[in-house]
Amino acid sequence: MSEPIFSLWVYLAATPLAGLMLTLVAYVAGFAVYERARFHPLANPVPMAVALVVAALAVTGTDYRTYFDGAQFVHFLLGPAVVGLAVPLVREWPRVRRLALPIAGALAAGSAVAALSAIGIAWALGASPATIASIAPKSVTAPIAMGIAETIGGVPALAAVFAVTTGVVGAVTGKYVLDACRVTGWPARGFALGLAAHGIGTARAFQVSGEAGAFAGLAFALHGLFAALAFPAVRWLVQFPY
Amino acid sequence: MSPFLAGITWLLVFQFAGEAIVRLAGLPLPGPVVGMALLFAALVVRGRVPESLGSASDGLARHLSLLFVPAGVGVMMYARRLADEWLPIAVALVVSTVVAIAVAALVFRWLATRAGDP
Repeated sequence: MSEPIFSLWVYLAATPLAGLMLTLVAYVAGFAVYERARFHPLANPVPMAVALVVAALAVTGTDYRTYFDGAQFVHFLLGPAVVGLAVPLVREWPRVRRLALPIAGALAAGSAVAALSAIGIAWALGASPATIASIAPKSVTAPIAMGIAETIGGVPALAAVFAVTTGVVGAVTGKYVLDACRVTGWPARGFALGLAAHGIGTARAFQVSGEAGAFAGLAFALHGLFAALAFPAVRWLVQFPY
Repeated sequence: MSPFLAGITWLLVFQFAGEAIVRLAGLPLPGPVVGMALLFAALVVRGRVPESLGSASDGLARHLSLLFVPAGVGVMMYARRLADEWLPIAVALVVSTVVAIAVAALVFRWLATRAGDP
């Protein structure tokens, strides 16, 4: 590379612009494919975007920290997006109130199954303790899962990776699992997706139906709230006898 | 002013309030979740969703998946651990997620049918 171009490259790679642009370009490309595939669940844009970014970083020899300096602006928006989930909740409020019992029951059963089955399977197949603690909050949205993993002896960034992967798995398989269970109502379908696959499942639910999206957003938010309280409490109870 | 801009501003104000309450009261909760609860209460009191908040939250919800890409790229830092433990990780993530979706949906439907709203 000639000298001026090289110094331009060094400058651009060191600013947040590169990481931010790369994230958006990769997502827009992934979403274009998703649209082309008429929103087929298997064409989820997140794994495509992640693969494109990882490939670009590997080719240019950029480390994750440098990338995240730029990408953090996108990551930060998870906060206001969670706050904004109050809006679909208010719109569906009369329905939500009538369905308070199924919501509470599905939240309790689903969150317990999501955490305990992940812990049990990872443990039975010989995962290390730090991996098990990072995989336990996998169905909770990434920023909350990171906090939970930290309090129970996991690795926060690894917990975020597991949460994102779980979100993708749920968004990709959800339709088939729900069809196989013969669950047809949008509230139940949306709630299950948001509970097990947090924000990525919620995004998928919104693409299918506004009603499913509202219930997915509700499940996503309630699960985050519930897990943030339940994990430290269970941890405290479990270590109490010693 | 553009409704979207006003809506984003409100979301940040409520997030800030949520973070402040969590810090001041030492709650073991994420700030945005508390911010959501505050916004929810405010909207219920107000009785309707203003256009500004509707357009901002719909805009963010539509591309919620985008916001998870930076965290997902963190996978590159753990390539070694993932290669060593790929089997328990892959089986736990896939099976547990599928089972959680099924259990949540079936429990929801069972209790909704009993409540008379299938």
